[in-house]
Amino acid sequence: MYLLVEQVLNGFQLGLTLFLLAAGLTLVFGIMGVINLAHGSFYMVGAYAGALVAGATGSFWLAVPAALVAAALVGMAVELVIVRRLYARDHLYQVLATFGLILFFNGFIAWKIGRAPLLMDAPKALSGFIEILPGLPYPTYRIAVMAVGLGVALGLWFMITRTRLGMLIRAGSTHREMVGALGVDIAKLYTLVFGLGALLAGLAGVMVGPVRSVQIGMGEQVLIMTFVVIVIGGIGSIRGAFVGAMLIGMCDTLGRAFAPTLFKLYLSGSIADGLAAALSSVLIYLIMAIVLVIRPRGLFPVGS
Amino acid sequence: MSGGAGNTTRILSAIIILALLSVPLVAQFMGSTYAITLGTRILIYAMVAVSLDLILGYGGLISFGHAAYFGLGGYVVAILSFHLADGTPILGFEGTNEALISLPLAMLASGLVAFVFGALSLRTAGAYFIMITLAFAQMLFYVFVALKYYGGDDGLAMSARNRFAGYRAVDPATFYYICLALLVGAMALVARILNSRFGMVIRGAKASERRMAALGFPVYRYRLAAFVIAGMIAGLAGGLWANLARFVSPDMMAWTKSGEFMVMVILGGLSSIVGPVLGAAAFILVESTISGLTEHWQLVFGPIVVAIALFAPNGLWGILRGRGGK
Repeated sequence: MYLLVEQVLNGFQLGLTLFLLAAGLTLVFGIMGVINLAHGSFYMVGAYAGALVAGATGSFWLAVPAALVAAALVGMAVELVIVRRLYARDHLYQVLATFGLILFFNGFIAWKIGRAPLLMDAPKALSGFIEILPGLPYPTYRIAVMAVGLGVALGLWFMITRTRLGMLIRAGSTHREMVGALGVDIAKLYTLVFGLGALLAGLAGVMVGPVRSVQIGMGEQVLIMTFVVIVIGGIGSIRGAFVGAMLIGMCDTLGRAFAPTLFKLYLSGSIADGLAAALSSVLIYLIMAIVLVIRPRGLFPVGS
Repeated sequence: MSGGAGNTTRILSAIIILALLSVPLVAQFMGSTYAITLGTRILIYAMVAVSLDLILGYGGLISFGHAAYFGLGGYVVAILSFHLADGTPILGFEGTNEALISLPLAMLASGLVAFVFGALSLRTAGAYFIMITLAFAQMLFYVFVALKYYGGDDGLAMSARNRFAGYRAVDPATFYYICLALLVGAMALVARILNSRFGMVIRGAKASERRMAALGFPVYRYRLAAFVIAGMIAGLAGGLWANLARFVSPDMMAWTKSGEFMVMVILGGLSSIVGPVLGAAAFILVESTISGLTEHWQLVFGPIVVAIALFAPNGLWGILRGRGGK
């Protein structure tokens, strides 16, 4: 029972991390029609910037803003120099160019920082445990991560539905030319949105830093999960990204935690372990396949 | 394709085929088997790139999971060989080291998986299709990582290269020519498909799916058939790769591999059959050159890929034939 509560919380936390990435990716796609494989690189940039600053200063509270700034700046630079030239092009070239960017970022970090994973500590104030149920301690840091994730989700919802920027974003995704004709600087809006997406990815990166190790390739692993999330949610839909992220976060975490136990009820040890490992690692893709059979454009389809 | 352009194509193709035929001779003259191995890698990757071009270039279907079929084909060959060496049955049958059995089975397995993945992913289009093909390939990747019996993460080594109709192709040059023959066969098959009615439907659907549907063609089924054929050719190439390296691992189906195949196709030239061969050759030569100079080959190669995407959408084949720019 306690294990279940703990795993549900872990799933919730993974879901929120995925949402931070999916929100940026889906916004960029919804508004600019660009598939950005390098989105995972912004996550990695955030994590590395955070880990390096934390390592140099010893302060987690300096690491967070450093990660946000680094990811946002790298994101905006990528938009200005490369992605901007790809808006009118076929998805194929967007995929190819951003694939090249991933290689570059991974190569750059291997060259400048090295291939060994970096470790990052949770801040002292958040390093303890909170007893969420009698006799069930849960890391304070993870609770803080969830609070931040939820806060950002709410903030995004508020920004998109209640502010002028959000209105422009919504209008830009459906009536691009019209927004431009009304005198909005579309180019600037795009750079801004791209930077915002990168910032959210960087935030996700620096927050998982103390939970997992910071290493090359961390971005791609999470990127593919993020793709599954936004395919399930409906590409371009923030609400879909949230629902998809929660679904995938929960299923992946609970599958990994409980599949071995479930299989052992019916099968012998080693076979059960093998099957459980295989099933829990493909579970999210199976869910994606099922959703696609029923709703080929995701749970919350955008546009016509 | 007619007149001057057709002649250019024919002359360039002849040069490429002559060059490919002469690789083992030149290598033996220089006393280096490394060049033959490098050449064989090019041939095998070229085969994957040609198959990918069928759906990517001609069909306009941006599959980002083509490495899955390549890797699966490799695993089929390695697993059959593993069971022969191990003396254990697989699904009630003995293992085998005979390429005439292993390679068709590799194609069959890849074709079946391509059928399932294709049937699901072709229900969607555009960005969905890209992400879903990627996700399915990743799924297969994790299945093989989890299969500890076949080595999991560490991969599976083959104790010996397959026999071809009982004949041991241990000599690198012999194996090179087997791969070359199969590559030329695959290219001829793809060219024949493209010039048939079937190929016209695939190409027509790229230009306008609605028009082909209005003409009464079941576009979904045609695309699925093309997807399966491409998967089978990739599976054959994977089986050859297992023979070349005598080792398979989940890395064969990693998403980066799919990306590299895509780079080869575009680097060589989309929709050109010969282009992907050039692309595979250029890719492997550049990769082995850069990685010989620095361990950070990605740092150099990444920007090259970006530049190709931005400035040379018609690839090397386009440049050779005077259609370089956008």
